[in-house]
Amino acid sequence: MAYNLKQTLNKEERLAPGHRMCAGCGATIAVRNVLRGLHEEDEAVITCATSCLEVSSFMYPYTSWKDSFIHDAFENAGATCAGVESAYKALKKKGKIKGTRKFIAFGGDGGTYDIGFQSLSGAMERNHDMVYVCYDNEAYMNTGIQRSSATPMYADTTTTPVGTVSDGKPQNRKDLAQVIAAHNIPYVGQTTLVNNFRDIHVKSEKAIYTPGAAFLNVLAPCPRGWRYEMADILELCKLAVDTCFWPLFEVIEGEWIVNYIPKKKLPIEDFLRPQGRFKHLFKPGKEHLIADIQAGVDQRWEELLKRAK
Amino acid sequence: MAIKERLSGNEAVANAMRQINPDVMPAYPITPSTEIPQYFTTFVSNGQVDTVFVPVESEHSAMSACIGSEAAGARTITATSSAGLALMWEVLNVAASDRLPICLALVNRALSGPININCDHSDAMGARNTGWIQLFAENNQEAYDNMVQAYRIAEHPDVMLPIIVCQDGFITSHAVENITLLEDQVVKDFVGEYEPEHYLLKDGESIAYGPYAVTNYVMEARRAQMQGLRNAKQVCIDIGKEFGQISGREYGLFEEYRMEDAEYAMVIMGSAAGTAKDAVDALRDKGVKAGILKIRLFRPFPAEEIAEALKDVKYLAIMDRTEDFETNCGPLGSEIKSALFNKNLRPLTLNYCYGLGGRDVTVESLTSVFEDLFEVEKTGDLGEVYRYLSVRE
Repeated sequence: MAYNLKQTLNKEERLAPGHRMCAGCGATIAVRNVLRGLHEEDEAVITCATSCLEVSSFMYPYTSWKDSFIHDAFENAGATCAGVESAYKALKKKGKIKGTRKFIAFGGDGGTYDIGFQSLSGAMERNHDMVYVCYDNEAYMNTGIQRSSATPMYADTTTTPVGTVSDGKPQNRKDLAQVIAAHNIPYVGQTTLVNNFRDIHVKSEKAIYTPGAAFLNVLAPCPRGWRYEMADILELCKLAVDTCFWPLFEVIEGEWIVNYIPKKKLPIEDFLRPQGRFKHLFKPGKEHLIADIQAGVDQRWEELLKRAK
Repeated sequence: MAIKERLSGNEAVANAMRQINPDVMPAYPITPSTEIPQYFTTFVSNGQVDTVFVPVESEHSAMSACIGSEAAGARTITATSSAGLALMWEVLNVAASDRLPICLALVNRALSGPININCDHSDAMGARNTGWIQLFAENNQEAYDNMVQAYRIAEHPDVMLPIIVCQDGFITSHAVENITLLEDQVVKDFVGEYEPEHYLLKDGESIAYGPYAVTNYVMEARRAQMQGLRNAKQVCIDIGKEFGQISGREYGLFEEYRMEDAEYAMVIMGSAAGTAKDAVDALRDKGVKAGILKIRLFRPFPAEEIAEALKDVKYLAIMDRTEDFETNCGPLGSEIKSALFNKNLRPLTLNYCYGLGGRDVTVESLTSVFEDLFEVEKTGDLGEVYRYLSVRE
C-alpha cells in the first residue's frame, strides 16, 4: 500500500504524550514513527536500554507505553529482547499464547554502539525474530553529552571539550549499520526523519515484518547535545541526508540498496553550521578540519555507492 | 518407584532440569558448570524437553535473557560458576527487584585471582546480597533434591524471587555418587505448571517492567522485596516437608548432626559438611559431645533458628569457604555471631577460612578445628578469633 502521511499519523499512538522527553527531541519522533510500522491488529513487546527514552517514558507509577514494555539495564537490551522472544517461541509452542507479538528493542547510541554492543551482536547473530532500533543522537545525552563511538569527528562534547589544544573528538565515528550488516542478518536499514517520515515508516514496517533479526539505525538529533534551534530538527535531518553525512540505505539479505541519491550533494558545512557542537570549526584557521570531515564523508559515500552496485 | 542411579552432581542437576522441563534456558559455558547446559542441550536435541535453549554470548547476556524470558511469562533456568556469576552481578539485582522467580544452578568455584577452577564459595558469597534465595548442598543427592524444590520456593506467591541452587565445584559436580531419582511424572506433579499472574506476553493485557523510580518509591519497593525474601524461609520449610512426603527425604533450613547434647559445634556449608560429620563421629566415639550444624538455606539467613539450635553450645567453630576481605571474619562468621548476639548467647567462637581454590578439606583438618576448641576450653583464651585452616604461612 502506498504511503500516506495523513493515514499513517492517524493510527492510534503507542507512545502516549505526557512523557518527560525534551521539546524538539528526535528520539521520541523516531520511536513514534517506528511504532507506526506495526499493523494495528498486532501487539508488541518493547525492550528499552537505559537511556533518556527509558527514564523519561516510564517513571513509576506512570508509563507512556501502550504495549508491554521491559527495561532491564543499560548494556543488555539485545539479550533481554532475545529472552522475551525466546519465551514467546516456547509459550506459543505450548499453546499458552493466542495473539501475535512483535519484538522491538530501543537503545541510544551509547547503549547500542558501545556498552550494549556485545549483547546486540549476540542477539543479531542468533537471528532472533526482533528489531533492534538505535536512536542515534551521536553522544551519551542522558548523562550530559559525553562522546560515544557514534560521535562524529571534531564534535564538541563534555568529554572531548574544545580547548586551546583540542578541536573536539579526534576520531572517526563507527559505522554500525555496516558492522551489523556483516552479521548476515535478513534486514538492516539506515534512516532518519525525512520525506514526511516515509523512509522511516517503510523501513520500520519492513524491519518489523521481516522474519529473523533486523536492525534500524535512526539518526535522531538532540537539541541539547547538538545545539540547534528546536524547530529546525527536520531541516537538520534533511541536511544530514543531502550532504551524504547520513545516507539512507538498506541491506536486504546481503544486497545493499541506496534509497536516496541527492540531485545536488550539498557541502558538509551546510549540516555543520546550524549546530553549536561544530561552532569552533567556523573560526578562521580551522578550514582544514572541515576539509577533513568532507573528505571522510565523500570517501564513505563513494564506498557505499560501490557496495550498492 | 524411585530410580537408583549413579550420577555426577552436574548430571543429577541436569536430570532434575529435564524432569522440570522449563520453558527457556539461556546459558553460557564456564568450568565446572559447563556440563549442565551440555547435558541439557542433549535433552533438547533429542526431544526429551520442550525447552528453547538460547546459546548467549556471555553470562551477562544469559542473565539478561533470563530476565526478559521470565518477565515474558516463561519458566526460565540457567547455570554458571565463578566469574560467570560475577559478570551477572549487576543484573542479578534487577532479576530480584523485578520479582522474577528464575532458577540458577551454581557450581561453586573460586573467583579470580589468581584464576583457579576449583571449589570455594566466593562466587555465591559475592552474590549473597543481591536478593536471591540461596540453597547449599552437601552431596549429589541434595543438589538434585534442592533443584526439584527450587521453583516451588521461588514461584510461591508470598515469595516471587529468584533462587540459586549451589553445589561444590568438582567435589560434587564431577564426582559420581549413588543417588535416587524421582520418577519424571512425580517431579512434574510436584513442580506443577508455571501460571504467573501478570507477564509481558499475557493475552489481553500489557504490563511494564523496570521503571525509573524517584526517591518517593525506592524504599517501599525494597521493603516489599525484603518481605518476599523473608517469607521464603517458611516456604522453604513447607516445601521441604512436602518433598519429604514424595521422596522420604525431608528438608529444613539446616541439618543438625549429633547436636542434641553438643557442647562443641561446627557450622559449615556445602560438601565439607560430609567430612565434618566423619570427624564428629570419631570424636563422639571418644565421648566428646561434638556436633555439626550444616546450613542449607543461606539466603534468607535463618538467624533466629540457628541461634536457637546453638543455644546450649559452649565452644563454636564457624567455617567460611571464602575470604571476604572483611579482615575480622567471613560472612558466616559475621552473620552467626550477629544471630547469637541478638539472643544474648556468647559461646566461645572461632571463625575459620578454609578450602579456598579447592584446598583439600580432610577429616584430620576438621578434627584439628575441634582440637583448637579444646585448647580454648583449657586456656580460656580465644587467641586469634579469625583463623586460616591448612595454610602455609
